[in-house]
Amino acid sequence: MSQPLLEAAGIRRTFGHVQALKGADFKVYPGEIVALIGDNGAGKSTLVKILSGADRPDGGSLKVEGEEMRFSSPLDAQMHGIATVYQDLALAPDLSPAENLFLGREIIRPGALGRLGFLDRKAMQAQAVQQFAKLGMQLKSQRVAIASLSGGQRQSVAIARAAMWARKLVILDEPTAALGVVQTQRVLDLCKRVRDAGTSVVLISHNMPQVLEVADRVQVLRLGQTVADLQAGQSSVDDLVRAMTSGQAKETSP
Amino acid sequence: MSTSNETAIAPVETTEERMLRLITGGWIFFLLIALVAIFLILRPAQFGSAYNVQQLAINAAILLVLATGQTYVIITSGIDLSVGSVLVFASVVSAKIMLLLSGVDGTTYGTTAAGWDIIAIGIAAALVSGAAWGALNGFLIAVTRIQPLIVTLGTMGMALGGAQILSGGVDVRAMPELLVTQVGSGRLLGIPMLVILAAITVVIAGIVLHLTRFGLHVFAVGSNAEASRRSGIPTTARLIQVYAISGFMAGIAAVMANARFSTTTINGHAMDNLATISAVVLGGTSLFGGAGTVFGTVVGVFIPIILLNGFVILGIPPFWQTVAMGAVLILAVWIDQLKRRLRKRG
Repeated sequence: MSQPLLEAAGIRRTFGHVQALKGADFKVYPGEIVALIGDNGAGKSTLVKILSGADRPDGGSLKVEGEEMRFSSPLDAQMHGIATVYQDLALAPDLSPAENLFLGREIIRPGALGRLGFLDRKAMQAQAVQQFAKLGMQLKSQRVAIASLSGGQRQSVAIARAAMWARKLVILDEPTAALGVVQTQRVLDLCKRVRDAGTSVVLISHNMPQVLEVADRVQVLRLGQTVADLQAGQSSVDDLVRAMTSGQAKETSP
Repeated sequence: MSTSNETAIAPVETTEERMLRLITGGWIFFLLIALVAIFLILRPAQFGSAYNVQQLAINAAILLVLATGQTYVIITSGIDLSVGSVLVFASVVSAKIMLLLSGVDGTTYGTTAAGWDIIAIGIAAALVSGAAWGALNGFLIAVTRIQPLIVTLGTMGMALGGAQILSGGVDVRAMPELLVTQVGSGRLLGIPMLVILAAITVVIAGIVLHLTRFGLHVFAVGSNAEASRRSGIPTTARLIQVYAISGFMAGIAAVMANARFSTTTINGHAMDNLATISAVVLGGTSLFGGAGTVFGTVVGVFIPIILLNGFVILGIPPFWQTVAMGAVLILAVWIDQLKRRLRKRG
C-alpha cells in the first residue's frame, strides 16, 4: 500500500497519574475516510489534540508523508496541511460564510490599496462560491450572518473552511453529535465529497452505523491503545462494539 | 422539507422576515428622519435655519469623534468608560504644554500668542497621551483578561485624577489664540472647522472599519475571540489597537474641546462615556460585539442632539429630552435582542 499520509506510532501521553494514551497507533492514507472510535475515556480526544497540534505527546513518533514531525501549535499543523474542526466549530457567528472561510487569511487588494490593508471582498466571495460549489453546497446569499444558518449548514461551512486550507487532512471531532437525521446525512455526504476532492478525513464519532456507512477504515481505541484496525466494508456494528469494549476484534488485514 | 435545499447556505428570506430585518436594521435612521421632518414641519424657520443646522453640527462634533472610537470598542464586545476622562487628561496635558512653551504664567486667562509650531506640539501631546491611555486599557484587557468594564472604570478615575493633579484641579484657561480662532470658531468654505475635523475623522474611521482587513479583524474578535485566535488573527494586538484608537479619538476630541471652549473642561465630561455608549447602541451596534456600523453611530449621536434642539425650539422643557432618550435607548437594546433571537431561529 502507498505511504501513509499521517502515521502516529506508539503515542504516549500522561496527565499526572492518568495514562491517557499508552502507545496508540494511528494511520491515515491519502484519499480515505478513517473513523476513530472508542468508549468515553479511551483517549480519542487526547489523540486528536496531538494529531492536530493542540497537545504534544510524551513519547512516540508522528510522521507526515514519511517525515518525522512535531507540531508546535494547531496553526503549525495547518501549515503542514492538517486542520481540525472541533465541536465548537470556531466560526464567527456575526460574519458571513465567505468572511468565515477567509478568517485570518483575508485576501487583500492588489496595489497601493492592498498595502493599506483594503480587503478584496469580490475575490473572497468568488473563491468562497467556488469552494462551496466544489463541495456541493448551494449558496443563495453570502451576506447573511453565520448565526442565522442551521446547525448542519454551520458545520458544513466549518468543514469547507478546513478543507480549503488543509489540503491533506481534515479531522472532524463529532461533527454530527448535535444534528438531526437529514442534516447528519448532508454532513456525511460532505465528508465523502471532501475525500473525493483528494483530502483525507478523520471522523471521530460515537455512532456505529454512521461510521460503517461513511468510513473506509475504522480504528478503535481502548484504554489508550489501538486495539483494532478494521475495513469498514467487512465489519459489523457488533465487531466495533466488541473491539471497543473487550479489545478483541476479528482481525482484517488492511 | 426538500433535501436538495438542505445544504443551501442561506435560507430564502420570506417577505415577513425581510420586513423585520428592515425594521430592526434601519429603524433608528427612520426615527432620525422622522424627528427632523416633524421639527421642520412645526418650526421650519427656526429649526431649518442655517445657523441652527450649524449649531447642531458643532454640538455633535466632539461627541461624534468620541463615539466613533467607542464603536470600535463595542464591536469587540468591550466597553470604554474612560473616554471622557481621557479627553480631560489629554486636554490638560495639551494645554499645559502649550502654555509652558509660550512662556506665559500658568494662571493666565484668555488667549496666548503661541504659533502653529507650539500648537502642533500641543496637538501631538493630546493625541499621544490619549492613545497611551487607550493602549493601557487595551493591554490590561487583552493580557490580564480583566473585564473591560472594570479596567476602563479604573482608568476613568485614574485619567481624571491625573488631570486634576497636573492642573491642581483648576482648569487651564488660556489657549493659543490661533487654535481658538482658526479651529474652534474657524470656518472653511463656510463650514465650521470643528465639523470638518469630525467629518474627516468619522469617514476615515468608517473606511478602516468596513473596508480593511484590520476592520474585519475587529468584527471577528468581537464575534468570537477564541475562533479568531485559532484562525491566526493576532487578537491581543487587535484589542490593544482598538482601545488605543478609542484613546486616540479622545485625544482628537480633546484638541477640539480646547479649541472650542478656549479652556480645558475638567468637570464637563463625566457623562461622555454614557452619551457615547448610548449613541453607539442606538446606532445598531450590538453590545454583544461582532456587529455594528460607524454610520449607525453617527445617527445615534444626532438623535439626542436633534431631540434636545427640537424640544427647546418648541418650548418643551428640555428635561423631557433626557426622559425620551432613556426610553429610546432601552428600545434600541430590546430591538437588538429581538434581532438576535430572530437570527438564532434559523
